[in-house]
Amino acid sequence: MLEDVKQILLVLSGKGGVGKSTVSTQLALTLKVRGYKVGLLDIDLCGPSVPYLLNLESQSVHQGPDGWVPVYLDNEQRLGVMSIGFLLSSRNDAVVWRGPKKTSMIKQFLEDVYWQDLDYLIIDTPPGTSDEHITVMENLRHVPQCSAILVTTPQAVAIEDVRKEITFCKKTGISIFGIIENMSGYVCPECSECTNIFSSGGGKSLSEIARVPFLGSIPIDPRVGMLAGQGKAAVSELPNCTTSKMFDELVRKLSKSPTNGNSETSANEDL
Amino acid sequence: MSKVPENAPQHCPGTASENAGKVSACAGCPNQNLCASGAASAPDPAIEIIKNRLANVKHKILIISGKGGVGKSTVTSLLGHALAAKNPDINVGILDADICGPSQPRVLGVRGEQVHNSGSGWSPVYVTDNLSVMSIGFLLGSPDDAVIWRGPKKNGMIKQFLSEVDWGDLDYLLIDTPPGTSDEHLSSVQYLSGAGLAGAVAVTTPQEVALLDVRKQLSFCATAGVPVLGLIENMALYICPNCKSQSEIFPATTGGVAQLSAELGAPVLGSLPLDPAAGARLRHWHHTRAP
Repeated sequence: MLEDVKQILLVLSGKGGVGKSTVSTQLALTLKVRGYKVGLLDIDLCGPSVPYLLNLESQSVHQGPDGWVPVYLDNEQRLGVMSIGFLLSSRNDAVVWRGPKKTSMIKQFLEDVYWQDLDYLIIDTPPGTSDEHITVMENLRHVPQCSAILVTTPQAVAIEDVRKEITFCKKTGISIFGIIENMSGYVCPECSECTNIFSSGGGKSLSEIARVPFLGSIPIDPRVGMLAGQGKAAVSELPNCTTSKMFDELVRKLSKSPTNGNSETSANEDL
Repeated sequence: MSKVPENAPQHCPGTASENAGKVSACAGCPNQNLCASGAASAPDPAIEIIKNRLANVKHKILIISGKGGVGKSTVTSLLGHALAAKNPDINVGILDADICGPSQPRVLGVRGEQVHNSGSGWSPVYVTDNLSVMSIGFLLGSPDDAVIWRGPKKNGMIKQFLSEVDWGDLDYLLIDTPPGTSDEHLSSVQYLSGAGLAGAVAVTTPQEVALLDVRKQLSFCATAGVPVLGLIENMALYICPNCKSQSEIFPATTGGVAQLSAELGAPVLGSLPLDPAAGARLRHWHHTRAP
């Protein structure tokens, strides 16, 4: 089902709570606003956050003639979403599954969802380097247009886990598109003093040590935080904030990337 | 809990089922005789071993949260320190059950320490005289080493941690868990079913996206029969180090922990601010006592 997808992006982080789902949803929304056709697959089975973040919690998945039809955010069907959250009867339901069951669910998500033609498929992952990640890697190993975006926060305890994720990517042979540093700095609303709550510069120095591109840092911005649960893009709601600029820049970098099917023609022209 | 092995034939009734080894799907399975004999439905012998090993541990407490990055490891380490500092006669152990992202060696400032094996089992690493810790972080060669394991291997590691670490006499064993409701959690609860869990302390941050996962974790506790001792709210308020004013970084748009506590009937044990000065002091403390 994935051969019609031009580029697959895995959003990874060894650490939890660093903003993988926020980055995934905002990246998907930015790509959609910029005119691409996007799919967002949430493989965090024990803690799916995407349905809540995009305000799609009451939606359900339907079975079509070609496979599962993802839930679309808009009528033009430019952003399709798939998550286990759509399959649970109540939002408090826990998915208490051991590895083998998670593995087969993810296989189904990868094989049975009818995404149609997509420019980008973004895959949001849970923290860690275990069943979910191994399964995705095994299934995507032979898909050449696949790369990973790593999300981290600047403090040492998060960097330590992300280093493990980099090792994981290297061992499984997936290319790393770059690192995003989230929650770097908070501007006090009272005195405008910017404090690096979780220290600073960790993402940048990690990218230098691991020799992977640094894609930018996102500050803690309560205005962006308030967009959670609304399904609105930061780039259209808050066009001037640092977060929007970072995502716009990221989309520009992605469209120029050689792994992208779109740029094949332009790459040929360069020759 | 049905136990269907990964490589079982289709429609396997589960090794612990009454019909194990007796239904048509079992025909031709190499383990058919074993299953039919009933040996597989007997409780895991490890539960008994762990019960004996932890006989001198008074209170075993899980620190949980469905969500990652809410401060489980920080709360675990601070709670361990607080219990140990209050009374030198109280012995506290911390077990890091997060196999893929062990944080205890760093938050307790004992990175690079070694675990030793003796006749009585693995000796944990001692942070102070009465605070010991065990983590997979001590067994890795380099901080870059990733533990790329599927569930069964992680379960085996947790079983070893519970059955082979020589904690000595402990008043409290705090078990720091990874995010999610999966192998590590099921195994910890299952293996400790003989030894007896005092309960779980849930850590959360105030915003809905975290509470969503914590609710799932709490329904796991209800299903697994683990009593929830209480909730701890972390990163509740931000205290600006410049002007000392308070602001909410992760606003509790849906009532936060107070609402969750009311829904659940579990008490709120405390609320921790997001204080950059506290984080800095902790880092400094580790620096000054690093070897």
